[in-house]
Amino acid sequence: MKNVFLGMMLLFITLSTQAQEEKNKNAKYTIDVNGNCEQCQHRIQKAAFSVKGVKMASWSIETHKLDVTLNEEKNSINEVKKAIAKVGHDTEGVKATQEDYDNLHGCCKYDREETAK
Amino acid sequence: MNKQITLLLLVLICVFNSYSQDTLQVVKVISKNKGLQKSSKITTNTTLVTSKELLKAACCNLAESFETNPSIDVNYSDALTGTKQIKMLGLTSPYLMIAEENIPSVRGASQAYGMSFTPGTWVESIQITKGAGSVVNGYESISGQINTELIKPINNIPFFLNTYGSTDSRFELNTHFNTTISDKWSSGLFVHGNTRIAKNDMNNDGFLDNPLAKQINILNRYQYYNADKGWVSFINFRYMNDKKQTGELDFDPNRDKETTNFWGSEINTERFDVSSKIGYVFKDMPYQSIGFQNAFDSHNQESYFGLNFYNIKQSSFYSNLIFNSIINNTMNKFSAGLNFTYDKYQEFVNVSDYSRIDNSIGAFFEYTFDNASNFSFIAGGRIDNHNRLGTFITPRLHLRYNPWEKGVLRASVGRGKRSANIFAENQPLFASSRSFDILDTNGKIYGLDPEIAWNYGLSFSQGLSLFGKKADIGFDFYKTNFKNQVVVDLYTAPAILGTHQVLFYNLNGKSYANSLQVDFNLEIIKHFDLRTAYKYYDIQTDYISGQSERPLQARHRFFGNLGFETHIKEKGKQWKFDFTYNWMGEQKLPETASNPEIDRLPVYSPSYSLMNAQITRTFSSTFEMYIGGENIGNYKQEKAILGSENPFGSTFDASIVYAPVFGQMYYAGLRFKIK
Repeated sequence: MKNVFLGMMLLFITLSTQAQEEKNKNAKYTIDVNGNCEQCQHRIQKAAFSVKGVKMASWSIETHKLDVTLNEEKNSINEVKKAIAKVGHDTEGVKATQEDYDNLHGCCKYDREETAK
Repeated sequence: MNKQITLLLLVLICVFNSYSQDTLQVVKVISKNKGLQKSSKITTNTTLVTSKELLKAACCNLAESFETNPSIDVNYSDALTGTKQIKMLGLTSPYLMIAEENIPSVRGASQAYGMSFTPGTWVESIQITKGAGSVVNGYESISGQINTELIKPINNIPFFLNTYGSTDSRFELNTHFNTTISDKWSSGLFVHGNTRIAKNDMNNDGFLDNPLAKQINILNRYQYYNADKGWVSFINFRYMNDKKQTGELDFDPNRDKETTNFWGSEINTERFDVSSKIGYVFKDMPYQSIGFQNAFDSHNQESYFGLNFYNIKQSSFYSNLIFNSIINNTMNKFSAGLNFTYDKYQEFVNVSDYSRIDNSIGAFFEYTFDNASNFSFIAGGRIDNHNRLGTFITPRLHLRYNPWEKGVLRASVGRGKRSANIFAENQPLFASSRSFDILDTNGKIYGLDPEIAWNYGLSFSQGLSLFGKKADIGFDFYKTNFKNQVVVDLYTAPAILGTHQVLFYNLNGKSYANSLQVDFNLEIIKHFDLRTAYKYYDIQTDYISGQSERPLQARHRFFGNLGFETHIKEKGKQWKFDFTYNWMGEQKLPETASNPEIDRLPVYSPSYSLMNAQITRTFSSTFEMYIGGENIGNYKQEKAILGSENPFGSTFDASIVYAPVFGQMYYAGLRFKIK
């Protein structure tokens, strides 16, 4: 019984100290991702989460910005961009192929001109 | 062994205190227009009751804040104390987990009157969860969980004043003061007082319809908030003193206590609480936090009901340590932690001493999956060791699926286990000539075994557009299946004619509670809303005398609420109107067939309906007044007290109450704020 508590205690301490030392495990990025609606939101977030090391991903319908928290020991932000482009959404830096864009649902076909910058 | 565990825990507490921590799941309070909010994105079947909704009822305390809400049924517990009992899924409040800011609050000794010890104005919001609920706060909840959030000093107004008066001669005064001590500390002082000064006997039976009362209730809380470092904390100090006197009009406690001159009762309760919460959110990891809560309270009730004396003092310590984080990403969250509970009861029923010490220690783990769009589930489990309940596992599961737009399908299953505090929970029965007979002797709680039940739930709701109006329809079906229950038997005829009894025994056979609720809500025009619900309850228990439905439980209920408000004009001027209708089907009544004819009640009570209404006039954003009426149709239970002519005789019973005793009541009040 006692050992269980001690074990739990140790676990807490280990977890908290680890988290505070290695910063790059929680690298934060905000990137522009093109999209329109709630469906896009689900698709973008799903794609981001499919990349190993992505802990948090949240895309805003209003601002078209994606907030990502990433463990950089596992992957770089570029991998996240690639994964999102693969499902049809342009990101700053990595663009979706025409084919992937065409596969998007009608309401998700965002205006591609915008991404030129 | 227990001592060692306690010691070890104390050490842990000290270590952690000087170390770090968080408040638990931080409840986001959205101050939207809606009084009742049900999100289609959350996994559990939870309704959020906002402060706006709470203003719709006369609402003097927590027990009275559910009148405009179909999920919870408000009943009238006894003719003497007038305390309102609540039910959910057809089960009384002991089967619910009632928590205040995630610390279990109404439990044990406070079960009968506890909800009337939280003033309504202190409440910021209430979350009502149907079904099993989370494992984080404990194993006791069976049919649901009610969590109350109190107002937070940090974002509340500096001064609030509320006065209230009603035709049943009840008066209330609430004042809140909030100040900012530094950029991180703020503090609030809430003072509540209520009193009933005049004796009312509208049905001329010689007994008070509601008790003379006096309550003083003070809460002082300190809030610490440091967003940069991720620290949050609360420290609360609270004192409450509540005195009630009831019985015959001519009863004078100084003269008639412990005599048979006149029948009377006094219930005096004093409470003292200290609680603390400390939470830490990890830097750069908003999804990871650690929280630590501690609460100590002392509850002391001294009371007598005629010649029945009942005293209970409960000293409790509760501690909860919780760690929240993710597995890989925020689609996979978990909470893990430990609970510790210690309860020392000093309980005396007349000359019998039922004093005892209960303690339990447990560990929990709860995993939440959410695909961030249409599917989520929460799977939780806990293992506890309790000195009377033994070592046991409590599994609970909740699922949510959105099959299409605005449609939500939910399912839940879970187990609950608890020890029934038979005297505290059935206090109204002391106000009768009944003898309390416990038929079992081998169990560890008053000779009885723990109660164990499984709860299963299925619900579906759909948002609609009806002739261009916003509407929604919902179906909730819940089943509670008791493996064991402490049966409170008011049906079995007494062995000796002319005596009365209440029997307590372990369930032998089946006991279940099925409930079906159908909701329909419609926004008729902007700011004009209709809420309706039909509820069906089938609650059956195997008694010694055979299977029967539970007493004082309507099989059918109907609820309707209309709310209208005008547009807010310059300086915040506004009118608000609210009307609630409740219809209660017939309820089976306890056995009275062995009484002489004049003291008999029918097997079933008549069905009846109740209407409440309120008008609020907001003169400016700082001042408003309200008037309202309860039970406008003036429905009264015909015979509230059996044997009232001879209260020390064998047929006396003030516990059979199926409808209001007082009749119509009107009230008025005002609210003043300094912003």
